[in-house]
Amino acid sequence: MSAMTNRDVLLSLKDVEISFDNGGRKKFKAVQGATFDIYKGETFALVGESGSGKTTIGRAIMRINELSNGEILFEGKRISGKLSKQEDMEVIRNIQMIFQDPAASLNERATIEYCISEGLYNFHLYQNEQDRLVKVDRALEEVGLLPEHKSRYPHEFSGGQRQRVGIARALIMEPKLVVADEPISALDVSIRAQVLNLMNKLKNEKGLTYLFIAHDLSVVRFIADRIAVIHLGRIVEIAETEELFAYPLHPYTISLLSAVPMPDPVIEKQREPIVYSETTEEKTGPDYEMREIRPGHFVYCNPEQAMEYQKAAESIKEG
Amino acid sequence: MKDKIIISAKDIEVQFRVRDRFLTAIRNVSLDLYEGETFAIVGESGSGKSVFTKTFTGMLESNGKITNGSIMYHGQDLTKLKKEKDWAGIRGVKIATVFQDPMTSLNPIRTIGFQITEVIEKHQKLSKSEAKAQAISIMERVGIPNAADRFDNYPFQYSGGMRQRIVIAIALACHPEILICDEPTTALDVTIQAQIIKLIKDLQKELGFTTIYITHDLGVVANVADRVGVMYGGQIIEYGTVNEIFYDPQHPYTWALLSALPQLGVKGEDLYYITGTPPSLYNKIEGDAFAPRNPQALKIDFAKEPPFFKVSDTHYAKTWLLDPRAPKVEKPAAIQNLHEKILKMTAKGGAFHVGND
Repeated sequence: MSAMTNRDVLLSLKDVEISFDNGGRKKFKAVQGATFDIYKGETFALVGESGSGKTTIGRAIMRINELSNGEILFEGKRISGKLSKQEDMEVIRNIQMIFQDPAASLNERATIEYCISEGLYNFHLYQNEQDRLVKVDRALEEVGLLPEHKSRYPHEFSGGQRQRVGIARALIMEPKLVVADEPISALDVSIRAQVLNLMNKLKNEKGLTYLFIAHDLSVVRFIADRIAVIHLGRIVEIAETEELFAYPLHPYTISLLSAVPMPDPVIEKQREPIVYSETTEEKTGPDYEMREIRPGHFVYCNPEQAMEYQKAAESIKEG
Repeated sequence: MKDKIIISAKDIEVQFRVRDRFLTAIRNVSLDLYEGETFAIVGESGSGKSVFTKTFTGMLESNGKITNGSIMYHGQDLTKLKKEKDWAGIRGVKIATVFQDPMTSLNPIRTIGFQITEVIEKHQKLSKSEAKAQAISIMERVGIPNAADRFDNYPFQYSGGMRQRIVIAIALACHPEILICDEPTTALDVTIQAQIIKLIKDLQKELGFTTIYITHDLGVVANVADRVGVMYGGQIIEYGTVNEIFYDPQHPYTWALLSALPQLGVKGEDLYYITGTPPSLYNKIEGDAFAPRNPQALKIDFAKEPPFFKVSDTHYAKTWLLDPRAPKVEKPAAIQNLHEKILKMTAKGGAFHVGND
């Protein structure tokens, strides 16, 4: 990773495998060989379709899913597997999550003040009542809500505002990493933009690092610094955002790109979706691994395919 | 294509009784649909797009009522149909609907084959074996591999995309004249969405039905639509051909919807967004419903509801900006030269180029 060697790694996945018991029969491997680093202060996107394992990876980082192989390091320390109570608390505080559906992830019978304070209560992260209220007010302000919203209930808010509350309750823990699992998929177009802008603002102001889990490449292009594309539990391509969009190499990435609907009738009516099926494309084999095709741009392939991808990248460059 | 009107809704108003209050979900909407076209209705949640089209099949929830207007279809006013029996020859037969979530529109404890043949037998009076043969041929037509083998499968044994293909098969089993697609791909993955959209378009070409396509996704609209209606606060506020709506939009709400698309976002800059929330439909709306959220709203926008102004023979918009006395307001920079911008993104080496040449 030539251009990025001097950046600090915040989170590191090494050969992560996650499998689920399939009623005593053969285990189902939801994720295999996932290896990537997330650098401090970047937005790293994990993009894939339903069933690809993207949420499973997010949940493994939150330590909800156990690994069946490999390890996860946070600031160089292993956080997968057994941790002491002290370490456990620290990790929970440092890694927070934003969920997809703000209506479902907030307790509808609790006030906004309680929703946001919940983490503080659980970990006793406040000196006194006064301090807690100051922290809640500050979190509300950071996400663009008002102190008087404290006494309201989730149903009194619009979708966008509710998602801001979801962000505020993650922020109040002063996390270093925020795992955002499809944070805008349940929102209307006009509200999506607000939430994306807010996430960017917090990243710039507080140096937050995001793992942004999504299925929508057009959103990811706007928000992510680097992107990993995941298909059927395998990461197939990792690159910086501009690089990935200019030189998509893995056939699955290309198929995903071809399916993004563009808001332009003349162009859209000419576009043909490119169908990718793993039966026609050889997907994996013993000599498959993540290979660096261009600087910082990795594709899961064998040596022959690596040569082809290199040629393909060259031809795009010339064109 | 633009000659024969197949269904004509005029001044439709729909009210819902919620506890003791009345909510006006649709406020005087008129729409003529032409035979064989695809008309897309686009809008945010709560704008009334589903409610409006539900009046075409008499499927309003029990607390909802059409309080004004008419829907003329083959010389018959559909708003006058009261009993379930009256709808028998229309709903599902002449006008069919494909809903968003294929898991909830299929019966989980009946086989796929049963659910298709049920419709065929009911409406076409065929024998069991004839119905089965026809069902299998429809399954093949909507792209189910090994249709005969999968005839006796249950919905859970199908993937989401396959289930939506079955819902489409059932909707088309009676050769309807009008197919209402209500967010048919919203619950599906993008690659599957692309396949389903293509399937609907191919079937339309082959069978010649008229499509109403409801969606919140302007990218999908660009792909499927011949004409587009933009809905806001229970009204169609602008309609025109798909090219007119994307390249020459006139209503500030249409501008805002287009500008907020992440596809048009520039990295490092804020995305355009709409402040505030949609109007409450419990209260009477004065003036232009979008005015409170429109930073450039005129004084008259708050006082008087704008009429439709004509932009071209096919393009109308309900905004005072089109009044000759209005000040000149440019559409936002994000959507100026839209075509050139997207052309660049999809060109070789551009962000959305797919490398298939």
